[in-house]
Amino acid sequence: MTPLAGYLLLSAFLFAIGLAGALTRRNAIIVLIGIELMLNAANLNFIAFWRYGANPEALTGIMFVIFAIAVAAAEAAVGLALIIAIYRHYKTTNVDEMNSLKG
Amino acid sequence: MTLSFAIIAALIIAAATAAMTLRNLVHSALAVAIAFAGLASAYLQLGAQFVGLTQILVYVGAVAILIVFAVLLTRGGEAPEKSVFSASWFWGAAIATSVFALLACAINHSFASKRALPPQPSATVEQIGQDLMTKFVLPLEVIGLLLTAALIGAVIIAMRDESPKSKIEDGGSKMDKTSGPSSILHPPSSSGGHQ
Amino acid sequence: MEVWIVKNLWLIPALPLLAAGLSAPLPQRFRKLSASLAIVSMIGAFLLSLCAFAHAMHLSHANDVMERLGRQSTGVREFFNFAWLQFAAGDAGILKLGWVLDPLTAVMLVMVTFVGTLIFIYSVGYMAHDQNFTRFFTFLSLFAAAMLGIIIANSLLLLFMCWELVGLASYLLIGFWYHKPSAAAAAKKAFITTRIGDVFFFLGIMWLYHETGTLLFYDNGAGCLEQSALAKMVTQTTCFGLAVSAAIGILIFIGAMGKSGQFPLHVWLPDAMEGPTPVSALIHAATMVAAGVFLVARVYPLMAVHIDGAAAETAALQVVTWIGAITAVFAASIAVAQNDIKRILAYSTVSQLGFMMMGLGTGGVAVGMFHLITHAFFKALLFLGAGSVIHGCHEEQDIRKMGGIRNYMPVTFLTYAVGMMALAGVPLFFSGFWSKDAILHAAHGWSVSHIPFYLGVAGALLTAFYMTRQMALVFWGQYRGHTSHETPQVKTPELVAIKSEYQPHESPRSMTVPLIILAVCAIGLGAIGTPAWPWFQEFLGSHHEEGFTRGVIQMMMISGLVVLVGGGLGIGLYGFVQRKRADEPDVLEKLPLGMHTWFAKKYGIDELYELTVIRFNAWAAKACAFLDEWVWGGAVALVSYVMLGLSWASRAFDEFVINLGFDQGCERVSKGGSLLSRLQGGRVQIYLRVIGVALVVLVLFLIWGGAK
Repeated sequence: MTPLAGYLLLSAFLFAIGLAGALTRRNAIIVLIGIELMLNAANLNFIAFWRYGANPEALTGIMFVIFAIAVAAAEAAVGLALIIAIYRHYKTTNVDEMNSLKG
Repeated sequence: MTLSFAIIAALIIAAATAAMTLRNLVHSALAVAIAFAGLASAYLQLGAQFVGLTQILVYVGAVAILIVFAVLLTRGGEAPEKSVFSASWFWGAAIATSVFALLACAINHSFASKRALPPQPSATVEQIGQDLMTKFVLPLEVIGLLLTAALIGAVIIAMRDESPKSKIEDGGSKMDKTSGPSSILHPPSSSGGHQ
Repeated sequence: MEVWIVKNLWLIPALPLLAAGLSAPLPQRFRKLSASLAIVSMIGAFLLSLCAFAHAMHLSHANDVMERLGRQSTGVREFFNFAWLQFAAGDAGILKLGWVLDPLTAVMLVMVTFVGTLIFIYSVGYMAHDQNFTRFFTFLSLFAAAMLGIIIANSLLLLFMCWELVGLASYLLIGFWYHKPSAAAAAKKAFITTRIGDVFFFLGIMWLYHETGTLLFYDNGAGCLEQSALAKMVTQTTCFGLAVSAAIGILIFIGAMGKSGQFPLHVWLPDAMEGPTPVSALIHAATMVAAGVFLVARVYPLMAVHIDGAAAETAALQVVTWIGAITAVFAASIAVAQNDIKRILAYSTVSQLGFMMMGLGTGGVAVGMFHLITHAFFKALLFLGAGSVIHGCHEEQDIRKMGGIRNYMPVTFLTYAVGMMALAGVPLFFSGFWSKDAILHAAHGWSVSHIPFYLGVAGALLTAFYMTRQMALVFWGQYRGHTSHETPQVKTPELVAIKSEYQPHESPRSMTVPLIILAVCAIGLGAIGTPAWPWFQEFLGSHHEEGFTRGVIQMMMISGLVVLVGGGLGIGLYGFVQRKRADEPDVLEKLPLGMHTWFAKKYGIDELYELTVIRFNAWAAKACAFLDEWVWGGAVALVSYVMLGLSWASRAFDEFVINLGFDQGCERVSKGGSLLSRLQGGRVQIYLRVIGVALVVLVLFLIWGGAK
């Protein structure tokens, strides 16, 4: 197995773990953590392709990952703020109970 | 594959799995921080030093802490759950497994499994800075805007509702203290319809 | 004026019919009005009949003149036919009716209207206490209309229709006191027995129509009693070598047998005495029962047509004669042992009708009709007199409970005596003598056999005997009412309570005056048919030998002798030794072989019919009822069950297939909708899962599916 394939498999596995958690855990914060893991897996994928792919001089992979990290951070902030706001309303962080748009 | 890669991979996977399966939320948050750290070391090994350190700065230093704060803020009033996982956890796991299988198959059948190793590229900070200022200056500015908007938005969303004095100032909304910032932005028409 | 009366002969029955129609809806309290309507209509009909009679005499006279002059005869009859309805295309499909005026019609019209008027007037007094006075006169008028219709009919169909109407009126009048079960039963018996005769009558009509194509009697040569039709029918033969004309004649005669009470269809006439006495007088003495004789006289050309031999020898006329002769003796023998005053007269009527038939068969139309006319008057007289006696004895009808009435009711006694002598045939002064004598004379001269003559003589003897017996028991001796241990006869519920005193009393003038008038006629009418002046016979078309020939005087003496013997026997047995009490046994009960019981029990004919015909009829009715209920009813029920089954199946189909299908379809749709709505449950994790599945599916099918 080439290193690229290894890193890709690792990123796929990490992605699957994050997905599994996001799909199965009850707590909303854990779901967010899973989403973060998925994002990180995608970042790893980009870096792996930058390192082992064609044209690494363009630094495209790194650029993308930098922006992805920034966006992920912003998204994490907003998401957690939402969860806090929802927690105040529903008194729970159980995603199964947050199923209505009506207040 | 080298041994270092294997160790780092194992670390990442173990930490991620722990983060997803631990019952205690704080433990889960700390596990995910370890996973971030592991990922950072993977970046370092791949030669993307700037990205790796940025990862530690942002993810471990900010996101993980943010998660811990969120856990702490939403802790009180939680009833002890019977199960951490939802009732239909099997299907979620199955879907995740199928996605992994799909990706693994794709990877195996693609060129990636056959490509030879190219030499190590160099990505200095200077090069990254240069690209940011020239080629990627627009995304940079947009990211700045995005971050600003996200921060302000997060603050507003998470802001606790004010005392009744500010409610009268808002134009007579009938919400009580426990309703969220929705009362400031859009006063709901129904009075007090919460769960 | 002459032709007017022929064209408007229909007015004669129309007047009583109008009276009946006007009187039918009247409430019962309008007594005087209904009685007046009836009597006035009958008087009007009588006047019109007189006009018709005058015209018929004129025609006959003109015809005689023509014949004497040797020119072609102009005929003695005039008729008026009209088309009634068209049931098929063409000329043969028109049904014609009409009326005819000839001597036969004329004498009957005058007799019926005259006697009818007198009886109507009598009824005013007799039925004065009855509650249903108005209904009585309605029915009487209806009867009169129908009877007059029979007389004037020129079409066998019109005759039959009026024949049936007369039967209906008889039923209504016999059963007038319908609360009495015996009256209701008697009415039913009368109707059904005459119906049996009518069935054969109708068969005869149909056969006649089939043979000749017309039911009109006289139609300018095309009628069924005219030469061409008769010639055709007499040459054709049917079973037993019988000529068709004779066969049809016999069938028609059976109808006459029913109506005129000949043996064996006589059983209804005595029971018909359950009706009020005016009814018995009018219908069952003078007119309706005479309709049978009239019918035979009317179709006499049919019965008498022959190829060879004499007219009196045709098969049809032989049947008529024999039946008539047998009936005459049969009924007279029964009358000898009866104790009800009206029943004796009823059997006497049956016997005299037998005489009339015998006269028609042996001597022709004139002989029979002469006796019919004279009999009408004296029998009506006798019945009205009997009614007067019954009324005077407070509704008592058993002659054993009467006696010495001549002292209490002299007018009734005298008129009754006149009638009795006319019936018995006391010589010279009484019409009955002349008419009966004519019959015996004709029977004596019958070429086929002399037995009817002897039977007629026996009948005349018995007639004189039983009438004398009746007179002796009723009018002589002591009054025996309420001397027996039995209670008085039960009165009908309609009649008002009788007076407290039990003595008989004379009847009011409305009842006695008709009696007197009829008595005068009973004497006087004999004059029109004596051999010295046989006007009647010539008028009716049979050319009689004039004058008192040796044969005629011989016959007169035989008749007189017969009357003397009969009367003498009666006086001897009943006149000298009068019984003291009502329930003493009759003198005749000493007769050997239980003959008296045979006579009294009417030869058991009623019981025989009861055992055979009635039983069979009841069985047949039960069989039909069974058939109707189980077979046809079962079929109908089956059809209804099939329909029910079909409807049930349809409902089941509707409920389970259509409704269910529709309901199930809707349910599926709503379930599918609810299923689909789960996609939008609001749970984020579900959305995520769907995205994961979609990713897998898309990659599989689009990228890999297409690439391979």
